[in-house]
Amino acid sequence: MTRREFLRLLALSGFSLVAPADLLIGSDGTGRKAPKRWAMVVDIFACAKKEGCTECIEACHRVHNVPDMPDAARRIKWIWTSPYHALFPEQPAYMEAFKGRRITALCNHCEDPPCVPVCPTKATFRRDDGIVMMDYHRCIGCRYCMAACPYGARSFNWQDPRPFIHAIDKGYPTRAKGVVEKCSFCDERLARGLLPACVDACKGACLVFGDLNDERSQVVRLLRSRPAIQRKPELGTRPKVFYLLA
Amino acid sequence: MYSKPLVLIIIMVVLAGLVAPFIYARIGKGASGPPTLAAPPGGEKECVEPTAYMRRHHVDVLMKWRDAVVREGRLTYVASNGRQYVMSLTTTCIGCHSNKADFCDRCHDYVRVQPRCWECHTFPEKGGAAR
Repeated sequence: MTRREFLRLLALSGFSLVAPADLLIGSDGTGRKAPKRWAMVVDIFACAKKEGCTECIEACHRVHNVPDMPDAARRIKWIWTSPYHALFPEQPAYMEAFKGRRITALCNHCEDPPCVPVCPTKATFRRDDGIVMMDYHRCIGCRYCMAACPYGARSFNWQDPRPFIHAIDKGYPTRAKGVVEKCSFCDERLARGLLPACVDACKGACLVFGDLNDERSQVVRLLRSRPAIQRKPELGTRPKVFYLLA
Repeated sequence: MYSKPLVLIIIMVVLAGLVAPFIYARIGKGASGPPTLAAPPGGEKECVEPTAYMRRHHVDVLMKWRDAVVREGRLTYVASNGRQYVMSLTTTCIGCHSNKADFCDRCHDYVRVQPRCWECHTFPEKGGAAR
């Protein structure tokens, strides 16, 4: 074998190792199906019509044993409502239309979640399907994630939450004192093929849940056909909770 | 030696005090040896893994299950004998070992460990006293 032949062979073999993974677009190269990318669309006009409605909040907090703290400073919330100007301070266009109205908010399950890299124990992590999850076993209660989250989606258990849970749902654990908690896009329900509890509970069809990687999913169709905004997009966190306008 | 009887008595008392725990452990209520654990009330004979392995490694199994479910989203455990189980403390483990006080607690009390599972996990309603 001449030197030239050897080099040619080397280059070819190198190419054959690299090529398949690079040429396959839309796959991770392992032959597995592309992972899901869960997202939620909130129809704020439909939601605002049902003023005072708390169906989604009640359903979520009931199935996840979220305590009802009497002290507002110690409040625990997975899904809640806030005024438009508080959720979208830099997007004043609809400020007038939603004056005095409260809009649903929850964890945005950011594509680039600021809460994940700050966690010293990796209790907060991002799953392949985009869900920003918490491993409550690992949480040491340092609250770095709460400082990092620009959406106020996280709550801290300043005391044992159990006495403040109206009826403990035996199908889901509670949390302990000294642990941070938040919405998990109902990972436990998704695993059983169910929709998140809030989406299930909303009778006004204001919440739509689906897979951004699925062209035929309702969330993709809605986002293609109607204008939508995200909370604080300028931070580059790429939230996966979208708010439909019009 | 001046107060010989007194010194002897004191030596006897000190010796008795030193030996007492060992005698007490042999004959008294605090008899040594691992506690006997209650079998599952449902009469199940087979655990997810062999008894000897579970006795030693049940914590490792639980930790592995926890990481698999919470972090990897996997729910099914394939045991060494090929049988499949749902990785769940409250449904799979407690599903059989519903007698927490006579099973979990008896040994945990004996070895003086205080697992914190039930601070968050809720004990299933039927059978076993939740605490």
